[in-house]
Amino acid sequence: MKSLKTLYIGAGILGTLVLAAIFAPLITSYDPTEQDLLQTLSGPTSAHWLGTDALGRDVFSRLMYGARVDLTIGVLAVLLPFIIGVSLGLMTGWFGGKFDSSVMRVVDTVIAFPFYVLAIALVFIFGPGVKSIVVAITLVGWVAYCRIVRANVLVAKELDYIHAARLTGLPTSRILRRHMLPNVISQAIVFSMSDIVLSILAIVSLGYLGLGVPIPTAEWGSMIQEGQPYILQQWWLATIPGFMVVIVGFALSLIGDGLVSRLER
Amino acid sequence: MGYLTYVGKRLIQTLPVLFGISVAVFTIVHLIPGDPADVLLGQNATPERVKLINHQLGIDRPILIQYINFIKDLFQGSLGTSFSNKEPVTKLILGRLPETGMLLTGGIILSILIALPLSILAASKRGAMRDQLVRAIPIIGLGMPQVWIGVMLILLFGLKFPLFPVSGFGDTFPEHLRSIFLPSLTIAILLSPILIRSLRASMLEILDSDYILTARAKGISQTRITFVHVLRNAVIASVTVLGINVAYLVGSMVIVERVFVIPGTGSLMIDAIARRDYPIVQGVTLYFALVVVLVNLLTDLIHAALDPRVALK
Repeated sequence: MKSLKTLYIGAGILGTLVLAAIFAPLITSYDPTEQDLLQTLSGPTSAHWLGTDALGRDVFSRLMYGARVDLTIGVLAVLLPFIIGVSLGLMTGWFGGKFDSSVMRVVDTVIAFPFYVLAIALVFIFGPGVKSIVVAITLVGWVAYCRIVRANVLVAKELDYIHAARLTGLPTSRILRRHMLPNVISQAIVFSMSDIVLSILAIVSLGYLGLGVPIPTAEWGSMIQEGQPYILQQWWLATIPGFMVVIVGFALSLIGDGLVSRLER
Repeated sequence: MGYLTYVGKRLIQTLPVLFGISVAVFTIVHLIPGDPADVLLGQNATPERVKLINHQLGIDRPILIQYINFIKDLFQGSLGTSFSNKEPVTKLILGRLPETGMLLTGGIILSILIALPLSILAASKRGAMRDQLVRAIPIIGLGMPQVWIGVMLILLFGLKFPLFPVSGFGDTFPEHLRSIFLPSLTIAILLSPILIRSLRASMLEILDSDYILTARAKGISQTRITFVHVLRNAVIASVTVLGINVAYLVGSMVIVERVFVIPGTGSLMIDAIARRDYPIVQGVTLYFALVVVLVNLLTDLIHAALDPRVALK
């Protein structure tokens, strides 16, 4: 029962954030990129709940619209690696042999590259922006799913129900999809929760470095960077966007923990 | 399988990885749209000059020849010449090593200093309040953006309470130490949640093992068991965990260097991106990947030397 509770609390927090991001135009009447140069760096007022930034943009609406950007890319960026990694993990574990060992050597190579170094190098090639972030995370991210699923397939392959399925002469594709996949995917799903956090962290870091989502789009990482020079006077400018990431991370790890107990019962 | 066989096997496993890395890094530069010559020449690009530069860089030759030349240069320790200041990339990287090395060492030492006592505290009384609190650290800690931790530390210990410099590397050794404290602490705050999670688990496992039971049966005090028997094994475990996470560590360091304006190898790379200096980007990427492979190899070999069961598997 405790696992259900953590799952619900995590989903509740994340759900609230997602709703706030979706209905941002209803919650705040300010355009997140509209500048008001007569009202720069104002403290919190009844008009601007979290004040305005150095260009007079409403911080609260930038935070809400930023949630749209960071959460969407965070989830999108994990989707492709998940699909690629799970499929390759299924196949390498099942077929083994030369195919398995060559994929595993690619895995070893990818692991050797520090993620941020590779991401920065790829952003260099493709230019800053959402596309580069997604490509970078995909190129690196599939490895973890592949390894998790492959390990599970190696174990499940020797279990009776799989032997039985093979003996009845079912085609391999059907065994993999209907019998293997549902039994080996749960760990990958749990991992994807913490992976979303990692990809949001990457978006924020690249945004801070000026290599992420191009300005003036509201994004938490670039908000931290833009707030840094004013940190002594207006500490919240750089603090609150980072705090939002921590909340998302907290919610996702509660969901992950809840899922572990639910799926692996 | 003996230790030497294990070493041999592990070395052979490394070869395809090194090959893969060289291909990947070589490909990176060839994926870049446009001609390097255009970048080098800027406004002065004429077709003849572009052709000349392409010939000098060797990129008008067949791709396989280019790759072989790239590998030849590598074996001679050459990573090419920087476009912007015409210096050898190897020299530029080596010149930034003290900063990066000190930052990494500082980060590792501080993260062990944070993680080890907390893990001992948690594992010594499983399920108690203090265990619950320590277990909550990774849940919060793993969601904190690197840059944000850095900025928060700058705010707290650099500006509100000006104890440490907020940027740069200083000129003398004591200044270096003061300058890298906050960046190292940032790395430590990033690493310790990972360390705490695995250390706590491995300590619980050690506490459950037979030799601890034997020690207890012999009447050895709990303090002695914790600090002599458990701690020694836990330190070995933390070295392994650090080895596994070296890629994450190096990657985070690149970002942290930027936040604190430390002129290390990470900054070298990011500055090179702004100037579109391909050889540096290529060189640093290769260099970091080699470091990761080397550290992983060493971790495995040390681990196997300390724990003979590893080589037997």
